[in-house]
Amino acid sequence: MDLIGERNDLIDVILKKNDQMNYLVCISKTPDTTAKISFKSDDTEYNADGISFIMNPYDEWYALVRAIELSESTGGNVTVINVGPASNDIIIRKALAIGANNAVRIDVASADAYMTAANIAGYAKDKSFDIIFLGKETIDFNGSEVGAMVAELLELPFISYASKLEVSDDKFTVTRDIEGGVEICNVEGPFVLSAAKGLAEQRIPNMKGIMMAKSKPLEVINPIINTPRVIAAKFIIPKAKTGVKLCDPENMDELVRLLHEEAKVI
Amino acid sequence: MAVLVYVESPNGIVKKTGKEVSYYGSQLASALGTECIALFIGLAENPASVGNFGVNKVIHVNSNNDIDFDSQNYTYIISKVATDYGANTIILSNTSSGKSLTGRLGIKMNAGNVSGANSLPELSGGFVVSKSVFSGKAIARYSITTENKVISVMGNSIQPVENENPAVVENIEIKVPVSKLKIIERKTSKGIVPLPEAELVVSAGRGMKGPENWGIIEDLAAALGATTACSRPVADSGWRPHHEHVGQTGVAIRPNLYIAIGISGAIQHLAGVNNSKVIVVINKDPEAPFFKAADYGVVGDLFDVVPKLTEAIKKFKHS
Ligand SMILES: Cc1cc2nc3c(=O)[nH]c(=O)nc-3n(C[C@H](O)[C@H](O)[C@H](O)COP(=O)(O)OP(=O)(O)OC[C@H]3O[C@@H](n4cnc5c(N)ncnc54)[C@H](O)[C@@H]3O)c2cc1C
Ligand SMILES: Nc1ncnc2c1ncn2[C@@H]1O[C@H](COP(=O)(O)O)[C@@H](O)[C@H]1O
Repeated sequence: MDLIGERNDLIDVILKKNDQMNYLVCISKTPDTTAKISFKSDDTEYNADGISFIMNPYDEWYALVRAIELSESTGGNVTVINVGPASNDIIIRKALAIGANNAVRIDVASADAYMTAANIAGYAKDKSFDIIFLGKETIDFNGSEVGAMVAELLELPFISYASKLEVSDDKFTVTRDIEGGVEICNVEGPFVLSAAKGLAEQRIPNMKGIMMAKSKPLEVINPIINTPRVIAAKFIIPKAKTGVKLCDPENMDELVRLLHEEAKVI
Repeated sequence: MAVLVYVESPNGIVKKTGKEVSYYGSQLASALGTECIALFIGLAENPASVGNFGVNKVIHVNSNNDIDFDSQNYTYIISKVATDYGANTIILSNTSSGKSLTGRLGIKMNAGNVSGANSLPELSGGFVVSKSVFSGKAIARYSITTENKVISVMGNSIQPVENENPAVVENIEIKVPVSKLKIIERKTSKGIVPLPEAELVVSAGRGMKGPENWGIIEDLAAALGATTACSRPVADSGWRPHHEHVGQTGVAIRPNLYIAIGISGAIQHLAGVNNSKVIVVINKDPEAPFFKAADYGVVGDLFDVVPKLTEAIKKFKHS
């Protein structure tokens, strides 16, 4: 029996294994879209008392679901990752219930986008993920920064605001939202993308998914970066509008006059 | 240490956001007592013109060929110019490209960054940048603690002042690594100001009943020179193109004037528009929540009110 043949078999086994796509989805926790916004500790911190939290919609509806769809159609594994304290496990379990295979939580209350990104990149560095998915932004602090940071830390291409992603034979075609339209590009993997509306359709976890999620692995690891570069110095709630000025529907000349003379916008 | 402004020039043209960041950068540079350098990448018509907004010097990289936008390569170019020309503060536009660059440059430059700044930094006792958070329901003031800083500026946040003062342009060539992505197609609506840049926006919702009625919205937008937008169910039903959808899940905008027609004013819709300077609401239901966020309101049937408003605008424009 020749050794070369045996080696080739081995290589085949390794290639087979590598054929499976590996997806990482970054998920974050945000206040519900209708939550009341107030601040505490001298207006330096969001007041979470009595607030219900959800998985950031872009992460859940678009990034996570697209990754799961791809793992279903091409085979592969979906890992979700969150940087945050144990109280975030609730959204991690939800992601597992929707269909992610396993989860990682980096155990630190992240203070800025840099801390989040550096810890995610530190974890992903030697794991050979084919695509790293994020949401286009968190709906609380509206940073839209973590994805680009992860990409730069891993020296990978980054496509922001992806509204469509097709995979065929290791080739990736991504449509991204730009001002007044879209741009379509081919990209070599591995790469990082941030998900916008359109990438997938929301999935509601079913009973079976919820049961299965309980036994899926959730690994908790220690942070490698603990210091932020940007500090929230103060939050301010802007003054509410003083009240609407109603105009007579029969007198639109008056509305035009107000817009010109008073509001000075036309 | 200088301030470096990256000025986007899509199809070779400096747009409104490019003028805004030039002015922002030059104002910041004078507050810091340093100079402001503007950077152009690829094709650009008359880059010297940003001098009119206070920029001292222009670096034009690879002026002869348009390089496809790739955040990795653009980050390489911008950080190289910043290092070579001694800049430690980088200013970008918060556009779709800017959103892929801000975080990357932050990492590359070991900088703290804030995306979507809505005013000039406060420098008394630190470096504090304000931006809108919680979808416009609050403003955060972030203190950047690092030596290097990267800031992207939200469109329509600053009113540039223009003075005749063309800047000196230095052309340089930078060899960029082979890009791992290739743009194969770009589809944009021609001749219309894209929503994030529009100063005047006419937006309509489910009150329109169906796509066939949009003529009155287009007429009003045309009379005003405004860009059209819509609520989410309208885009979801395919009545209007997806890129017109504003709100939490769509585009966030801050025009000078937002006219909302037949839109109820759900919190997720307001999230994308409540930073508009002036809001006009046209709705037949006096209890519609949008009136609480409005400056001017008209309670009436939109099919009646909108054509009348269009006529009044035309009359005003002709006078
Ligand atoms: C997580 C989440 C995210 C969301 N994101 C967004 C988003 O990004 N953008 C968004 O828009 N929505 C979003 N929504 C949906 C949002 O909650 C509302 O359902 C939506 O904005 C309603 O759209 P509308 O105002 O066009 O329709 P409706 O709420 O049906 O309002 C129609 C209005 O038209 C008025 N009207 C009807 N006929 C006439 C007439 N003849 N003349 C004058 N007025 C008339 C009615 O009085 C009513 O106020 C989101 C929802 C969720 C849960
Ligand atoms: N704490 C976190 N843990 C994991 N992923 C995160 C975290 N915060 C943000 N992200 C991801 O980064 C995206 C953009 O976040 P941001 O840059 O903060 O707007 C989110 O949609 C998530 O996908």
